[in-house]
Amino acid sequence: MILHFTNARLIDPEAGTDANGTLTIEAGKIAARDGAPPEGAKVIDCAGRCLAPGIVDWGVKVGEPGERHKESYASAGRAAAAGGVTTMVVRPDTRPPVDSPESLDFVAKRSADSIVRVRHMSALTKAREGREMVEMAFLRDIGAVAFTDGVHVVADNKLLNRCMTYARGLGALIVGHPQDPGLSKGAAATKGKFASLYGIPDVSPLAERMGLERDLTLVAMTGARYHADQITTGEALPALKRARKAGLDVSAGISIHHLTLNEFDVGDYRTFFRFTPPLRAEKDRLAMVQAVADGEIDVIASFHTPQDEESKRLPFAEAAPGAVGLQTLLPAALRLYHQGGLSLPQLFRAMSLNPARRLGLDGGRLAAGAPADLVLFDADAPFLLDRFALASKSKNTPFDGARMQGRVLGTWVGGERVFG
Amino acid sequence: MTFRARHLLGIEPLSPPEITSVLDLAETYVDLNRRTIKRSDALEGMTQINLFFENSTRTQSSFELAGKRLGADVMNMSVAQSSVKKGETLIDTALTLNAMHPDLLVVRHSQSGAVNLLAEKVNCAVLNAGDGRHEHPTQALLDALTIRRAKGRLHRLTVAICGDIAHSRVARSNLILLGKMESRIRLVGPATLMPSGVAEFGCEVYEDMREGLADADVVMMLRLQKERMDGGFIPSEREYYHRWGLDAEKLAHAKPDAIVMHPGPMNRGVEIDGTIADDINRSVIQDQVEMGVAVRMAAMDLLARNLRAERGRALAEGGHA
Repeated sequence: MILHFTNARLIDPEAGTDANGTLTIEAGKIAARDGAPPEGAKVIDCAGRCLAPGIVDWGVKVGEPGERHKESYASAGRAAAAGGVTTMVVRPDTRPPVDSPESLDFVAKRSADSIVRVRHMSALTKAREGREMVEMAFLRDIGAVAFTDGVHVVADNKLLNRCMTYARGLGALIVGHPQDPGLSKGAAATKGKFASLYGIPDVSPLAERMGLERDLTLVAMTGARYHADQITTGEALPALKRARKAGLDVSAGISIHHLTLNEFDVGDYRTFFRFTPPLRAEKDRLAMVQAVADGEIDVIASFHTPQDEESKRLPFAEAAPGAVGLQTLLPAALRLYHQGGLSLPQLFRAMSLNPARRLGLDGGRLAAGAPADLVLFDADAPFLLDRFALASKSKNTPFDGARMQGRVLGTWVGGERVFG
Repeated sequence: MTFRARHLLGIEPLSPPEITSVLDLAETYVDLNRRTIKRSDALEGMTQINLFFENSTRTQSSFELAGKRLGADVMNMSVAQSSVKKGETLIDTALTLNAMHPDLLVVRHSQSGAVNLLAEKVNCAVLNAGDGRHEHPTQALLDALTIRRAKGRLHRLTVAICGDIAHSRVARSNLILLGKMESRIRLVGPATLMPSGVAEFGCEVYEDMREGLADADVVMMLRLQKERMDGGFIPSEREYYHRWGLDAEKLAHAKPDAIVMHPGPMNRGVEIDGTIADDINRSVIQDQVEMGVAVRMAAMDLLARNLRAERGRALAEGGHA
């Protein structure tokens, strides 16, 4: 089927443009920009709303295997479609973790339940224990796009050095969690007056810089391809800048929560605001928004982490960290647009184009020949977020009851409409 | 005479003519060893002590047989029976043995440089039977003899040394020897098992086995030690076999008449496919064992000649040996 979007505000992160135009898709791919509607095409009038490449959400947790009651591939796929996410890049920190060709094969089969595309990351070490590397070549050959132990930092430098050396030969991407594991152990807040007054175990924001400096030093030793999953403090940025200047193959991401919330949002021990790493000071949040605008931070993602009510209804430091985010990533990101910090092409560069490029995927673009993975949204439509209206099985969002602006009207994956 | 060395501690100190002289003499011992009566009197009356601080069956038997065929009195000392277990230092062991007046001391030790240290303290000829990850000269010489007999020469050959290069004294001695003989050497294996500074070795380095084997004349496989197999250096045996195990498909990238070598003992299904190891048209693994005895006879014969000459000179000068 041929679809022709007219009267669209095309958000093109590759060209950096935000302009009215038309888009034609055919056979699952983008066929033409700004052309006349081909014969027999179904015309969709976008009425001046935004049409952008679908979001490639890097770091989604799905509860299969082990925690299917929190999120399944089916429910995560529905939440993604409703949030304009057309590719979920799924984390390996399941129970048991994805750390072998056999376990990757299992989740790859399960992900057929999702209505949006799914790509998988593998653990970096067996059982995410930081002792033995996984079968990286086998895993890469059957589709692992990156290797990460998630928030389990590989503490043994010698082992991480060997993992990176082995990965370099394969051209495999290693995703690190820049955090000093000793300093951040048990911490649930960022060091400062707020954490002290509330008596929450805290960690210095500099623990992130320490972890990043360690990782980048090993990258310099080995020449590995490296991505820092979340850089959330201004103090860590100079290290990243130095590494890029030295020609190292490095990139970095941040969660949308660290760009839109700060440590004070925790308020009265609200556990839906507990994250790893913890929310930061307002000055760090502002520094990170600027870093995204400057292109120092490459990727914005939801770090979708479904938790059931039992995991959150606990004393703050004992509650499970993380929040669902597939469906709220876009409206939360639009806060940054409405506040004037980031343009729409800048946002979609960080949410669609950059993650796709870094992971070797073919999405994130509006050019002819690119997959027809698209999101149509009204950037201005206001609404009150009701967590029970979310498609995820888990409802742990920090935005419950929040005033949001921006509604997804339609989502297409490979030319097929999956939402709206 | 070309061969002037007092000890055989490594390939590094040897000149190309010295290497050739060992190989040439070894050829005569190959013939001797194929006779029913395998007896020479080159070491008649001399005492050879095999001092093995690290367990070895193959190398030790090869040296033992070589010494016996040359008429030496051979004694084996392995670490399990030695006083090292009781806390004696390496040098005290050396001095103790030296007091027994051996003529040839064959030493294997797990530490690089240990054999050199020992050689400084004794009055006999010392043969290095492998020290740490440093050198294993008789292995390189027997490999060279095997290659020379199969290919007719040692120069202008492309030799791919594959596997755990970093921890292998066999690899080190071989690449020194083949470099001296002007062959082209390729090192093939996972980056985690490559020695540091490998780019400065003057060899070609490949991580991809197929590229590394392309048009090779000789494919030399190395043993993967058990303790390297799980997780630390490589993810698993099966992934290692998939990427670097020598099978018919990978071997097809080498020249059609390429020979396959392995110092033994082999891990079939880890670094080498069993059918390749057993292929009489390609594998020279059994020849390597045969050449081992001959090369060790030649090396000990030459060292014994030098020892006798040295002692003769000392007597003539009025001293005592």
